[in-house]
Formats: sequence, structure tokens, C-alpha cells
Amino acid sequence: MNPLDLVRAEPGPAFTVTLDGRTIDVLPGRTVAAALWAEGVTSWRTTRGTGRPRGVFCGIGVCFDCLVTVNDRPNQRACLVRLAPGDAIRTQEGTGHDD
Amino acid sequence: MVGAACALYAAREGFDVTVVDRGPVAGGTTGAGEGNLLVSDKAPGPELDLALLSGRLWADLAEEYAQAVEYEAKGGVVVASTPEGLSALETFAEGQRAAGVLAEPVAADRLHNLEPYLAPGLAGAVRYPQDTQVMPALAAAHLLRASGARLLTGHTVTEVLRGKDGSVRGVRTDRGELHAPAVVNAAGTWGGAVASLAGVTLPVLPRRGFVLVTEPLPRRVRHKVYAADYVADVASDSAALQTSPVVEGTAAGPVLIGASRERVGFDRSFSLPVVRELAAGATRLFPFLARVRALRTYLGFRPYLPDHLPAIGPDPRAPGLFHACGHEGAGIGLSTGTGRLIAQVLAGGRPGLDLTPFRPDRFSEEAV
Amino acid sequence: MTDGPHRLAVIGAGPAGLAACLAAAARGVQVTLIDAAPEAGGQFYRRPASGLGARRPSALHHRWSTWSRLEQGLAAHLEAGTVEHLPDHHVWTVERTGQAPGAGPGFTVHALIGPLQERSVAVRADAVLLATGGYEKVLPFPGWTLPGVVTAGGAQAMLKGGLVVPGRRAVVAGSGPLLLPVATGLSAAGVEVAALVESLDPRRLSRAAVALASAPGKAVEGALYAFQLLRHRIPFLPRHTVVEAQGEGHLEAVTVAALGPDGRVRPGTARSIPCEAFAVGHGMIPHTDLAEALGCRVDGVNVSVDDEQRTDVPGVWAAGETTGIGGAELALAEGHIAGRSAAARLHGTAPDPSPAARVRTRTRRFAAALDTVYRPPLHWADQVTDDTVVCRCEEVTAGRVREAVTDLGAGDLRTVKLLTRAGMGWCQGRICEPAVAGLTGCEQTPARRMPARPVPLGELARAGADDDESHDDGNDHAPGRDTQPPKPTHP
Repeated sequence: MNPLDLVRAEPGPAFTVTLDGRTIDVLPGRTVAAALWAEGVTSWRTTRGTGRPRGVFCGIGVCFDCLVTVNDRPNQRACLVRLAPGDAIRTQEGTGHDD
Repeated sequence: MVGAACALYAAREGFDVTVVDRGPVAGGTTGAGEGNLLVSDKAPGPELDLALLSGRLWADLAEEYAQAVEYEAKGGVVVASTPEGLSALETFAEGQRAAGVLAEPVAADRLHNLEPYLAPGLAGAVRYPQDTQVMPALAAAHLLRASGARLLTGHTVTEVLRGKDGSVRGVRTDRGELHAPAVVNAAGTWGGAVASLAGVTLPVLPRRGFVLVTEPLPRRVRHKVYAADYVADVASDSAALQTSPVVEGTAAGPVLIGASRERVGFDRSFSLPVVRELAAGATRLFPFLARVRALRTYLGFRPYLPDHLPAIGPDPRAPGLFHACGHEGAGIGLSTGTGRLIAQVLAGGRPGLDLTPFRPDRFSEEAV
Repeated sequence: MTDGPHRLAVIGAGPAGLAACLAAAARGVQVTLIDAAPEAGGQFYRRPASGLGARRPSALHHRWSTWSRLEQGLAAHLEAGTVEHLPDHHVWTVERTGQAPGAGPGFTVHALIGPLQERSVAVRADAVLLATGGYEKVLPFPGWTLPGVVTAGGAQAMLKGGLVVPGRRAVVAGSGPLLLPVATGLSAAGVEVAALVESLDPRRLSRAAVALASAPGKAVEGALYAFQLLRHRIPFLPRHTVVEAQGEGHLEAVTVAALGPDGRVRPGTARSIPCEAFAVGHGMIPHTDLAEALGCRVDGVNVSVDDEQRTDVPGVWAAGETTGIGGAELALAEGHIAGRSAAARLHGTAPDPSPAARVRTRTRRFAAALDTVYRPPLHWADQVTDDTVVCRCEEVTAGRVREAVTDLGAGDLRTVKLLTRAGMGWCQGRICEPAVAGLTGCEQTPARRMPARPVPLGELARAGADDDESHDDGNDHAPGRDTQPPKPTHP
């Protein structure tokens, strides 16, 4: 069993986005976080103090742990932002703002 | 902060010091301040002299505590948007230089070397290398600890005890009496209330200010940067809302944005109109901030005395009572000098600065 | 504000907000339903994004029939124009405006649009109903910042909304009624749930049995989950707690241990369970930021309301988790009562007694009883080593938090924050506040968080200004139209 089978999902056609330039397939309606989990990716930023990896924690937009850069906009919450075809996701370091 | 500095310098003079606060450490205006140690916004006169003294003392303390209190000598940059504003600013700076302030003119075409993200089209600026910053809550906590003073937080002073001859002999708190031949009123914005417990008047009024804090950023704002009209606002007597943009980066990452001034009593409610003005001013000065997010706001109440000078020194109306309050928005910066002066007069010595302009009883005389 | 029907802004489209919205709209109030999510339902009725084409979304839910009724009710009101739904609107403050003499209260709700939250709009209303819900409380332990460690609610939200799971093998742990559905949900979705670790002592359950039995629906639900645990073969470890999460860059295992009767870990009982994901939670915390911005009284961490769900600020109602954690059934009842009251008060009358009041009484009693049963281990802080990060945003360790109290004289949360930066980061202490309170012994007081969400300074600079691009489009809705709204769905 997987989650898609559980709810008898018949998703629309997948589209592609990029993660640090690598192409990944995304089912329509998925957030950045869901798309990355589906790819087996669980961390996509490092902290500005000690450079530790982080990914989803609260999953509902409260904790800001899952910050990520989408289409050159830093510090987006991966758990909230739904992807569109062609979106460019970039892992981010520190403040997310290029120095 | 002022209380912590008084405790530190009094202890260094050999006094046995107890610090009493109804709240926690840095619970009043200290915890709501940006921690500026400024000379740039002060006209020649007693306050500037106190600021210069304080700056030297801060630099001494920094040798030991720089890291703990996040001491950063980043310097201030005051910008003028028009040629008229610039010439007024340069005249102001000339007077300051005569009083011992380092003030370097910055031509318009050099401005972006100092602050690359500043808006274009500014007329010029003056740079003040002596302007410095500390993290005020950390500064208060570390200076208190360094003083070795007994710390009684959560104790509310309910009475200033007076002897038969009228001299002060200690305080009563909600948890008992503390006896001492000298009491220093360093209650900041609440200094007037403490003075009245001793039966004397000190007209300290709250002047509310908001600070906006952004998301953490790489160092894009290097100095404390503000518009020349800030100086006029500081010196103003108006009760109405005044805002002038004051923008600075911090070691921790966020950019702090002030400064608003209004006399609205101790109203702690969030005010969107004030915060909107702050945001507008900051984005005019630094356009890149328009897309940077504000994470939070905080507010505090500056202890304001009618002539914008603090009350420092003995109170002849109540022998044994000393005041060290009413520093308005400059209390962090002026705290060290204030503490040193208080310690000197406590020890019966000659203060390093003439305290006449700071006399606590100067307002009652005027009233008479 | 005197033209047309009275306007109520309901903030939050979960069970409480939806029930309130339907109750008020059915009574002649024009409702603007403002919600952060792309679709109504809140956390409880979060459903897969429509693009995922779920034909049987009910597989991830219970009480689906209630949702169907709410959904149909909302659809009918949207069709009739009596409700306007503003999804993807993230409210960052609510201003009291319109306080002209005789004008009565008036409010402006400021919200950022879309997940990017780059543009702000203003929505004006005569009254405001806060149904902002809650979020999960997680107490720290060594390793809790490792990727792969998620909140129980977070695992559930990702599953319900994105149809994804955090790994092939998971441990669910903590305390509270949410853990069971999370464990069974993950299991149903194909995750091997290696253990359900609950600090609950089942003996306390029997002591609270009388109060718990007062809510028969809940008891059935509980029995159903117990059955599902069996069915999914999920090992259940009551009176156990997490000690540590381990891994290099990603979670590899968690160490759990048994709790003694004193609430401390029993020596020698620690065991390591390999897993890729760890879903942990210790109950819920209400969202109270907007209530605080409006100056509403907050008792402890709950917005204070009267029998009609009115706050102490005229024109402001509150319902659901924001007034105290109690679950969806309570939220529905409170929302319904609040919506009825708001409608009546806006029309200048008093509300009729509602049958929902009895449901509210019963479910509140049940929630209180649950609260006595589900408690984090008394001495959870013992496990938090000095090098454990407590404030995830600012990376402040437990050692520094403790030092602020022992060495620097902090005695309350605000001072700890000032001296350590714990709570000054992106989340503004929403996550670490209960942890800091527990570590320091400071009381958890409502933090003033304004704005309630990060706002671009450029938007802040123009918010509410006269040239604001406001959402004040009330004239689009013909006032007094005669479409009869359907019966309120609850209760």
C-alpha cells in the first residue's frame, strides 16, 4: 500500500521542476515539501549558525524550518508553496540571501 | 541598564550594593531598546559631554565584555536627502567636532562605498566613527553580574524610608525593608514614581517608541544609518507622533528599524499607523528592504524629562537620595558615565563632569 | 458600514470557522471567510490537493459525513453569495478601525495573499470571529533537529494534503490523542510503524473513565483506534518516552525508554529502534496572536470567551482551539454558538439558546479529562542535555537557556529571550516557548507577536493606507437577496 493507492488517487499528469538544476517529476497539487519527500529528499537547507541540515518539521507553516528558495525567492516555506511546472527549487544556506 | 552601571561603578568604589527591581533584569526600557551608544545625535552641551565620557567607559568595559554584550563599534552615518539638509547637517557636525566628536563628511559619490544598499540620489552624509552598539539586555545582565551586587528582582519598592532628620535610610519593599544610607533612583521611565515615594517630584514622562525587526540577513546595513531629521525629532517637545528612519544591521543578523516618538502614556497596544511609518521610512532609505520581511515589532517607553536631560546626582530635597534616570532614548549609551558620576558623588568625591545641568530639583525651582 | 447587511469576517476555515460561518450566514449576515489554506477544512479536514485526484479521500479521515455537510453548506452559501471565501489569505493583523462616534466597532483584517505572501490586502468588517485553531507542541530532546524528525501533526498534514510519507519505517511518540490516528494513518499508507511510544499511563485512563465515558462518540472512536493498532500490528509502548534521536545528517534511529512512576526514565530500559522517520507531539497550543493584537483577554494560553463565545473586546468572537484545545467536535459546537451570537448581536438582538451548548459542555468536560490523562513526562527536561538545541530558529542550546536563569538573573520568558535569542527567530518562539518555559520553570505567558506572520516591509509601508488596494467589494453582493440559506449543519 502507498498513500496514493489508499485514497485511490488518479493524479493529473506529472510535470517537471528543478531542484538545484536537477529535473524532478511532480504530481499536480503537491507542495515543494511533498514533492521533495516523494523524491526521498528530506533536507534542503542548512542553518545560519552551525550549518546543520533541516527539512519539514511542523508541516503546517508554523515552524519555518523548511525554508527553501523557489524561483530566486529565498525563505519560502516548502510545506506551503505548491509547485507549478518549470519552478526552480534551490536548497539554501544561512539566511538564504546571497552575500 | 543605568541601575546596572550605577551598581558596577559604586561597587568599584567599594560600596556594598543591593539592586532592587520590581521586574526582571532589563525588564523596563532597557529590554526594549536598540542599545545605541551615540554621539552623532547630540548637540554640543552637557548631554554630549556625558555621551563622550560614557563612550570612553564603554570602550574600557569592552576590553573585558565586548563579546558578552555584543559591543560593536560600527559607527553611525547620518544622511541628508537635500543640499539644504546637508549644509544644516554639516554645520551641526562642525559644532560637534569643536566639542570633541569625530565627524567625517561623506560626499554623495562616496556614500555607496560606505553603505552599498542606500537609496540613490542622497545629497551626502556625515560619518560618526564613535557611534557604537551593545545588546542592552546582555549588557545590563553582565554588568550586574560583574558588579557583584546583591540582586533582588521581583521586589517592588513601596516606600523610601526617611529618618527623623529627613535623610534617606533605605527602602521598604513588598518583601521587607532594606537599610542603606544612600538610595539611587535608577527606575528609568518609572523614576518619577520612585521619586514620589521619597516625597519629591521628578517629572519623568513616557515617550513611546516602536522598533521593527527584520528576518536575519547577511550584513547589508553596515552602520547605524539615519536621516538628518532624526536629530530634530529627538529634541522635539511634541506629544504627537514623530517618525524618522533609523536603520541598522546587527551582529545577530536582523536589521532594526526605528524610530518613533509619541507621548501616549503607557499604552502597550500595537499601532499599525506607527509601524507603517517606520517601514515606509526604512524602505525609502534602503529600497532593498521593501522585499525583506519584518518578523516582529516591540515597543518601549523612553523616560523623558521636559528639557531632554537626565536627572543625575544628589537630591537636596531628600539627603541620601540620588537620581540616575530620565535619559530618554539614550539611557544605554549614557549609563556608564551616569554610573561613574553617581559613584563619584556617593564616595563624596568631585564628579568628573559638572552635574549642575542634571540637577534633579531643577524642575521644582522652575515651577516656583 | 451601514449599507447592506452586516459583515462578519471569520478568520480560519477549520471546523470552528466553518460552523460559525454557516450559522451566521444562515441568519442574514454577510460572511467573509478568510483562511490561509488553499481549500477550506483546516488541519482536521485537510484533504489531498485536487490535482492529486483522490477518489476516496475519506480513507484518511473519520467523521467524513460531518465534513460533507460542512462542505455542502459552504457551497450553497458561496453559490447564494452570502459567504465569500478568501483562501490563501494569511492574516497578519486585525486592526480596530471605524471607531467614529456612534459607528460601533469596525475592523480591518490585513492578509498576505498566496503562499509567497508578497502582497497584502485589507478586508473590512463590522465584526470579527477568530477561529485560528492551534498547532502542535513538541518538547525537545537530543537529536530533534535531525531531518526525519517531524511533528505528529506535520506527518499527518503531509500525508493528508500531499499523499506523501516521511520514510518507510517510522516511530510515533509523545503524548496526546493525536498520536493514535497518526500512527494508524501512516500504517494504512504503507509505512511500517515500528512503535507507538506514549508517555500515558493507562492506569490514569481508568481513573478518568467516568468523565471520558461522558462522550460516547469519543469512546467509540478510541476503541476503534485500539482495534486499528492491533489490526496494523503497531507495537504500543505506554509509559515510555523518547530519550534521543540519532543519525548523521538524517535520522537513523531513536532511543526510547520506560518511565517510572515518578515520571523519570527508568535506568536500564533504554532501547534503540532503527527508523527513517520519527513523528512526535506533546499536545496542542492555541494560536492567539490576532486576539492579542486586538487586545482580547487571554487566560494562560487560551482566548477568554463568555457563554456566547464573545471575547471581552466588543465585536470580536472566538471559537475552537484558540479558546482552549478540545478537538473538532468542541470546535464545531463553539463555532456554531459563536456564529449564532454574532448574527444576533449584529442585528441588535440576543441569540436564542442553542442545542450546541450542551455539546460544548460535554466535550469541554471530556477535553479537560483527556488533559489530565495525556501529560508529557513530568521530568522530560532531564533528557535535554546542555548541548541540545532548544530554539530551532536561532540555534540556542538548553545550556544557554539554563545559564540565563542561573547566571544572568532571568526569571521570566521575555528575559530569557532577551538574553539568549531563544524565540527571536522566524517562528517567533511558537515552537520553543513551551520548552523554554519547562526548562527554566518560567510560567508560559501569552507572547505578543505582531505581526502574526512575517510581512514584507514594502507591504507594511502601505498597509491600511488610503490608497491600499482593499478587498472592500461589498457592493458586488446585492444586499437582502432572498436566497434562503440551507439549514445550519451543526449540531
